[in-house]
Amino acid sequence: MATTPTPRVRLPAQAKPGELIEIKTLISHEMESGQRKDAGGKVVPRKIINKFTAAFNGKVVFEADWNPAISANPYQSFFYKAVDSGEFTFTWKDDDGSDYVAKNKLTVA
Amino acid sequence: MVLKSVEKTRRETLAYAAIAGLAALLAPRMSMADEQAVAAEINKLYGDKKFESGKIKLDVPEIAENGLVVPVTVDVESPMTESDYVKAVHVFADGNPLPGIVSYKFTPACGKASASTRMRLAQTQNVVCLAEMSNGKLHMAKASVKVTIGGCGG
Repeated sequence: MATTPTPRVRLPAQAKPGELIEIKTLISHEMESGQRKDAGGKVVPRKIINKFTAAFNGKVVFEADWNPAISANPYQSFFYKAVDSGEFTFTWKDDDGSDYVAKNKLTVA
Repeated sequence: MVLKSVEKTRRETLAYAAIAGLAALLAPRMSMADEQAVAAEINKLYGDKKFESGKIKLDVPEIAENGLVVPVTVDVESPMTESDYVKAVHVFADGNPLPGIVSYKFTPACGKASASTRMRLAQTQNVVCLAEMSNGKLHMAKASVKVTIGGCGG
């Protein structure tokens, strides 16, 4: 399970001004809770994604702080009210310090 | 004399059995968070402020077959304008090894204070949801989830 987490994001490419859009995100990650023991009885160290951030044109619009109780391959959906065209930046922060980033464009017309 | 000693042994045996039974009941819960742990977390965040009911729609299944993946949707009623919006939402569970599940920060740009994710539940327990409004008001909702297979993984 040491593959690089791959983020997947689904949102409409186009929206009308003032339209409420739903953004669905998924990232592959084992979310090791730090509660589990391996076959030798040793505790498997915690390694989870502890923070998910969504920013639009550089401004943070939504944040989620995840605890070990979040399932593996964490899913997160939320809403955004379309105003202007721009670009979303989604960031997942891992316990080991790495960031996984996805970018999606939104056209408002 | 003989009768007395038998009586005593039976009493002792019963007492030991009762203690053993109680220990067996408590043992699996030892490492789990409980309502007090959740209350302590809430106290850490908001002190002893009052919570109102209503406004929150906490959507969890009544029965979760697989505790490893339990969908949870929080929907807080709010106009989500600059002057009146939902600032933060916290979700806790009182039967997991750790009480915290997720904390959201919303902004007026969201347009709707609603978010879904999937959580792990170790056993049948209560899920508690708090919402903090921009005007400082606090709301709380609670739901219980029956878990058929726990999601603790060991």
